[in-house]
Amino acid sequence: MPQTAIDDRIVRVDAKAKARGEAMYVSDYAFPGMLYAYMIRSSIPRGTIDDIRVPDLPEGYWFITYKDIPEEGRNELWMIQKDWRCFAEHDVKYVGETIGLLVGPDRNMLKYLADRIEIDYTEAEAAITIDDALALKGGPIIGEDNVLCQLYVEKGRPVEEVFREADSVFEETIETGFQEHVHLETNGAIVTIEDGKYTFYASAQCPFYIRKAVAGLLGLESEDIVVKQTTTGGAFGGKEHFPDVLCGPLLVAEHRIRKPIKLIFDREEDMLYSVKRHPSKITYRTALDKDGNILGIDGLVIYNCGPYLSGSFVVLQRGVFHANGVYDIPNTYVKGIGIATNTFPSDAFRGFGAPQTLYAIETHMEHIAKRFGIDPAEYKSRYFIKQGGETITNGHVVERVVLPEMLEQVLEKSDYRRKAATYAPGSGRGIGISFYNHGGAFTGNGEQSIIKAHARLVKTGNRVRIEVGSTEMGQGFQTTLRKIAASTLGISIDDVDYDNPDTSKVPDSGPTAASRSTMIVGRLIERCAEEMKERWGEGDFSVEKEYEHPDGHPWDQSTFRGDAYLGYGWGCCAVEVEIDSLTHEVNTVGIWSSHDIGKAIDELVVHGQVNGGIIQSLGYASMEKMENRNGHFRQSSMSDYVIPTSMDFPKQEWGLVDNPYQWGPKGAKGMGELVFNGADAAYIDAVERALGIEIHKIPMPPEDIEEALRDAQ
Amino acid sequence: MLSEIVFYVNDSKVSFIGDPLTRLIDVLREDLHLTGVKEGCGEGECGACSVLKDGKLVTSCIIPVGAVSGSRIYTIEGIRDTEKGRCIIDAFAEGGAVQCGFCIPGMVMAAYALLSSNPHPTETEIRKGISGNICRCTGYDLIVESIRLASEKGGDLWA
Repeated sequence: MPQTAIDDRIVRVDAKAKARGEAMYVSDYAFPGMLYAYMIRSSIPRGTIDDIRVPDLPEGYWFITYKDIPEEGRNELWMIQKDWRCFAEHDVKYVGETIGLLVGPDRNMLKYLADRIEIDYTEAEAAITIDDALALKGGPIIGEDNVLCQLYVEKGRPVEEVFREADSVFEETIETGFQEHVHLETNGAIVTIEDGKYTFYASAQCPFYIRKAVAGLLGLESEDIVVKQTTTGGAFGGKEHFPDVLCGPLLVAEHRIRKPIKLIFDREEDMLYSVKRHPSKITYRTALDKDGNILGIDGLVIYNCGPYLSGSFVVLQRGVFHANGVYDIPNTYVKGIGIATNTFPSDAFRGFGAPQTLYAIETHMEHIAKRFGIDPAEYKSRYFIKQGGETITNGHVVERVVLPEMLEQVLEKSDYRRKAATYAPGSGRGIGISFYNHGGAFTGNGEQSIIKAHARLVKTGNRVRIEVGSTEMGQGFQTTLRKIAASTLGISIDDVDYDNPDTSKVPDSGPTAASRSTMIVGRLIERCAEEMKERWGEGDFSVEKEYEHPDGHPWDQSTFRGDAYLGYGWGCCAVEVEIDSLTHEVNTVGIWSSHDIGKAIDELVVHGQVNGGIIQSLGYASMEKMENRNGHFRQSSMSDYVIPTSMDFPKQEWGLVDNPYQWGPKGAKGMGELVFNGADAAYIDAVERALGIEIHKIPMPPEDIEEALRDAQ
Repeated sequence: MLSEIVFYVNDSKVSFIGDPLTRLIDVLREDLHLTGVKEGCGEGECGACSVLKDGKLVTSCIIPVGAVSGSRIYTIEGIRDTEKGRCIIDAFAEGGAVQCGFCIPGMVMAAYALLSSNPHPTETEIRKGISGNICRCTGYDLIVESIRLASEKGGDLWA
């Protein structure tokens, strides 16, 4: 078989099995004697549980609660902290909080029984929105002030000093809504016992996270639990920590019942009772001179976290670290607050906190530009950060920044200059543009101090097996990683194996998150392959490598100062729209993008990521409205929470710039999240120009456009 | 009330005895183990459970088995080794249409139905043809392109 070269166009390794319907997703597994589970959840956002009345259960049915946690165990899921309980005990903090798990052989019977479980609550006043939580509605949920987490970053001179020198100050608040992942495969897991060990089959991004999160429920160590990832039908962050919330109760049930138990959410459960993207409220106060030059920015970033921390502090950090966008603003102070509310806990979603602040800063910069009569693209480009430029965390951009080249690509392909000049504001037609980046891998020195990823290559005859904990969830990592190994070794990709991880067989490579897999784990595999290639003649052997932090990236996690990321992906996107003046329906007529991802390992995989990320971002900006009324999400199905179909957006034009990254495999950087981070702002810019108004929130479906137009009059 | 419902799945005769309101998808997945049929939404919105019923594309999650009496049903398992099925699957693989893959068997069925009635669809016709099939990963461009590829490569197969 021919050697695989990095620039070869290859067929994704998982494509055929998936297209033929042969790939096994968790719902496709069945075990002899398998039981089913149905989750019983809180129906109020806040209050105490006074009584739970369970009907007489038929033979072979169980109702599992916190009381089934053995003495040596603790009722907590160890995510980043241990505050998220596996089961509610005497009080509940959000609608959908797990109270119990009904288990038995017949799913119809489980639903019948579930309808007959009666729970009496004493309901308390709930805090749902950021404003509710700041006003301590119903009393604090956490501590004395509902602040779950907070941080600030400061760059340049003190901003009060700068504001005293300003000719004008422009302040605005920008809000973003919940977003639901809608991975086509809902959440699901199966627990069983294999070789005497509790074993999970799970649709999950991070099998090692699950072990760690649930082991303590039974007083066990992580190593006592085995997690086998099943083919995962999309995740987008929704299966980063959240599978812990399914696997915890399942483990407690398995401890009692000791038969295979399957828990699969239906779509309504997945919509109503799963984590979402953090809603945000972001205020920028900007000091300007008489020509509209920025002297300094004072920012306040507030994320609605729900009552438990989960990944929120890390999400908030990323939000704050991206709050200056791609710009070198001379003086900045940005404070971030993660606020506790009684909504379903918010958690990871592609972009991980960066999309909110990037949308806000892009919109803010564009509003300043328009107020001073300057074209937004021209205005923003004056502030592009350059190689060596100081970041918002007093670190430096280490790589060459090629934004001007990317901008030129997009301007040319989209015919932006002509369109921006000729489409009159309010004419119903507009073109918008945005710039964005995404810091690759874990924040600061997290890769070194927290994760310490391992990866292994095993040679047997002329075949090589990749052993890592990283997962394929649709992003193409099995293809990407095999291609890195094959091209480094000089063998065919068909001679490289990489199965879905089983935590008892592979080393922990860290979570499949943070756009770190190609950049970090890919580089580890490249290093393994380099050594294996040199020793190829030695027969059968394996090579394992541990992460090594590149020199020259200082970081202080206690003060959030230094190089927050090892490198950034960069993006530029333009969107053109026309808006029906009667119905306010927006027709997107063009989408153009350019991205710097270092180097594409596989261009077809990258093409798919770019297209998909941009459409998800456009859905976020335009149609994906998830409302919460008194703790209850109002959108419970795919007919009322609408995500883009094939008819909603036109074919995209896209491009890459070549800018190899020094520490990435073959020069690659992370890209899975980057491509989500900016199309929303370009879309809203276009909509604003078409309507001749300013918009301060997303999403903006037609009914909200109508309202914005009314407000503007 | 139990009924006997006789129909054909992938050319095999099936005799279902049970509640006629049982969802077709449950009969296909649970009784016949045709797990290539995926459940994405359970309300006929996402198309992951698409099958052919007498040549027409339908969502098997909202069809009661009682409604398919005498019908010929084809699932992904029934077309994947046919010439037309292989043509589409190969084009999907080559064209980069597949990411997480959960929507893809249904998408292949939609492409099959489309090309069988319209061998050379335009881009707009392809987009309309798969508009009942939701994909969260790809943004659709490469699926559309792959269906065009299947149309082109299949040639007379679709005539």
